[in-house]
Amino acid sequence: MIADTMQPAAAQTGAAPMLEVNNVHAYYGHVHALKGISLTVGQGEVVALIGANGAGKSTTLRAVSGLLKLREGEIKIAGKSIAGVPAHDVVYMGVSHSPEGRKIFPTLTVNENLNMGAYSLGGAKAKIEGHRDRVFALFPRLRERRSQLAGTLSGGEQQMLAIGRALMNDPRLLLLDEPSLGLAPLLVKTIFDTVREINKTGVSILLVEQNARAALRLATTGYVLETGNIVLSGPASSLLADERVRKAYLGEG
Amino acid sequence: MELLAQNLLNGLTIGSFYALVALGYTMVYGVLKLINFAHGGLFMWGAYLGWTFLTILGFLVARTGPFALVPVVILVMITVGLMGVLLERIAYRPLRGTGRLPPVISALGAAFILESAARNLYGASYQVYPTGVDLSGRFNLVGNLTVSYTQVLAVVASLLLMALLYIYVNYTRTGTAMRAVSLDHDTSRLMGIDVNRIIGIVFFIGPALGGAAGVLVALHYGSFNFTLGWTFGLKAFIAAILGGIGNIPGAMLGGLLLGGVESLGAVYLGSQWKDVIAYALLALILIVRPTGILGERVAEKL
Repeated sequence: MIADTMQPAAAQTGAAPMLEVNNVHAYYGHVHALKGISLTVGQGEVVALIGANGAGKSTTLRAVSGLLKLREGEIKIAGKSIAGVPAHDVVYMGVSHSPEGRKIFPTLTVNENLNMGAYSLGGAKAKIEGHRDRVFALFPRLRERRSQLAGTLSGGEQQMLAIGRALMNDPRLLLLDEPSLGLAPLLVKTIFDTVREINKTGVSILLVEQNARAALRLATTGYVLETGNIVLSGPASSLLADERVRKAYLGEG
Repeated sequence: MELLAQNLLNGLTIGSFYALVALGYTMVYGVLKLINFAHGGLFMWGAYLGWTFLTILGFLVARTGPFALVPVVILVMITVGLMGVLLERIAYRPLRGTGRLPPVISALGAAFILESAARNLYGASYQVYPTGVDLSGRFNLVGNLTVSYTQVLAVVASLLLMALLYIYVNYTRTGTAMRAVSLDHDTSRLMGIDVNRIIGIVFFIGPALGGAAGVLVALHYGSFNFTLGWTFGLKAFIAAILGGIGNIPGAMLGGLLLGGVESLGAVYLGSQWKDVIAYALLALILIVRPTGILGERVAEKL
């Protein structure tokens, strides 16, 4: 049995969780896209958000990074509300968002894309170069292509760049939107291995995925979104075993 | 042959003015996808403010002659730049998110306001820059080929400003952010870029360059009036389209190309055909290459 109000370990120890989303309602024009969703990402945790197309997964991430204003409810980063904080300042609270569709800057070089990822660090050159080295260590391919225009990269390389760019400001919370979309299976594995590695360095991750199996294997906690509502949540392992999840999202039964 | 070379030299001069003004159109288009029709008006105000400052600073002109132009151009750039920032705050920002048409209408309105204000304040007759800054001498190049001091000053100043802009946009953090904003506002926000601040900077730099061009153009032609914004400003807009609007090197190329072609046309067809040539060139480029000469973007792969 999966409890709908299940709290991750960090919340129980008293420290503020990395991310709290409480009863959030948001609209796209007249479309009620999020209908009162709540979720928690504990410190150092990987949380997977799964669901069909249009369920509200990307919308949830856009709300967390401040791009989409809330109609109701509250979002807290490490205990601090983002209400009234413009999107470009949410970054300074330690949130980095690798958006849906990668959204790399195609006419900027790989290096310039990474520089933009570190924009919030201002002129801290040594720090930025340190982060760049770390990104190149995770994705050696990017080092080879650093002077190339990002638009000339292959799909997989663009995904690496999108994730690498999001790591350039050394986030505490990383929002990843469909990192496996459109990639060959072998590359998907590489990307997920890298996400695991990133998490091991202490970064909390909220992962949105269509590839529910891979996402739930990586995550500690999972949430299932359907048309703007969270319909199921719990430890990722229980969700992997859950009959409804297996039928709807893992292509079984 | 000499006539041709002489005309090409003049074309280069006019072309560098076009380029300088075209940059303002293209930069604003880059970040807001808006044709800032008020830009020609700001450029024209550059000419008037230059005239005003030179008149106020008459004592300086009397003492230093043409060197008074340096502080005057800087002063004009700052003033017109601030006018640009104000324009964006009043006429464009409140209309953000209302679609593409309302800001364009607002831009046209702002253009008329700027033009009418100049006509009402300064009158409709032509203004002449004080003779103290006159640079009527000419350099002799080969043969009978000559360039005026004004031409040299104008071309050198234009090229210098364009080079500075190019370095700023391509090699600084804010310049890179500017290019990022022209690609994608939301993703730029995710990087921590304050998009409104970048737009503000663009609305300072573009009009500042236009203001400088206003002074240089007035100096080159000797006299000007309030119609300068529409006549000359519209040509600069064509230059921006020719080069590929939104593309900074494109604006520079488009300006020089338009200036050159116009001057060639003046040699072979007569100078009364200048405008016909300019607009015919525009039509041709739009048919053959609707994105302009350099207006191609590397596609984002899926």
